[in-house]
Amino acid sequence: MSTIDAPRSSPTPARRNGVNWEKWGWIYMRASGVVLVVLIFGHLFINLMTGDGVKAIDFAFVAGKYATPFWQVWDLLMLWLALIHGANGMRTLVNDYATSPRLGKVLKGAIFASAAILIILGTLVIFTFDPCPAVPADQFHLLPSFCPPQ
Amino acid sequence: MSVAPAPRSAKKKSARPGGTLYRGNSGMWSWVLHRITGVAIFFFLLVHILDTALIRVSPEAYNAVIGTYKNPIMGLGEVGLVGAIIFHALNGLRIILIDFWGKGVKYQRLMFWIVLGVWVVLMAGFVPRHLINVFSEVGN
Repeated sequence: MSTIDAPRSSPTPARRNGVNWEKWGWIYMRASGVVLVVLIFGHLFINLMTGDGVKAIDFAFVAGKYATPFWQVWDLLMLWLALIHGANGMRTLVNDYATSPRLGKVLKGAIFASAAILIILGTLVIFTFDPCPAVPADQFHLLPSFCPPQ
Repeated sequence: MSVAPAPRSAKKKSARPGGTLYRGNSGMWSWVLHRITGVAIFFFLLVHILDTALIRVSPEAYNAVIGTYKNPIMGLGEVGLVGAIIFHALNGLRIILIDFWGKGVKYQRLMFWIVLGVWVVLMAGFVPRHLINVFSEVGN
């Protein structure tokens, strides 16, 4: 009797040595997902449900949050966890739907580049941000109320 | 341990092929919705980080861009975004339970309806408050 491959078996056998990145990716999606539920639900509640909600979001509001290490860490965690979670999810879709290996490589390169650039950009913004920057006199009213007069 | 499949009636057999919870009905549609909402949230996230990065440019630049979001069309878009996020979050927790909880596969269909039920409750809490904020801006 001839044998056939088990259904859904990989066309190439799984690597037997080295780090199993697919496994760690799978674990990462679940671990980061649980943390992101807390971080993003908290983010949405504070920004959209309290006070005047989306209407109240402006420079002074965001600057007031980033003046505290608590929200800096909160948003930094969201930035890293969500972008890596999203980029890895998009990679999964490309693996499933890209019609040629070449197209898949290009799309995965674009996903990696956009995630890496935004992680670096966002991290720099959070750590170099000044809630009370020097502004022209006519823009002073845009700053948070705790900023000293210029 | 191998479990013999329960005998199915002819009607049931045509309705749902066996072998995987991802084939047909709630198991499949939750997977489809998870992908669609995931992609939508990813592209929003790219834009959201770029617009928030404007706080590093100047208060005027950030307020100008955020100001363009403060209209009823974007307000309705935010309802769709929050709806997508809540579904993706709750269904993600359902997936984790399917993977790690011994009875997860058995209750996956029930958990799908719980996801939709909790989604309705959370949206009922969010949508009226958000739309009041959005549309009270119109008169100003």
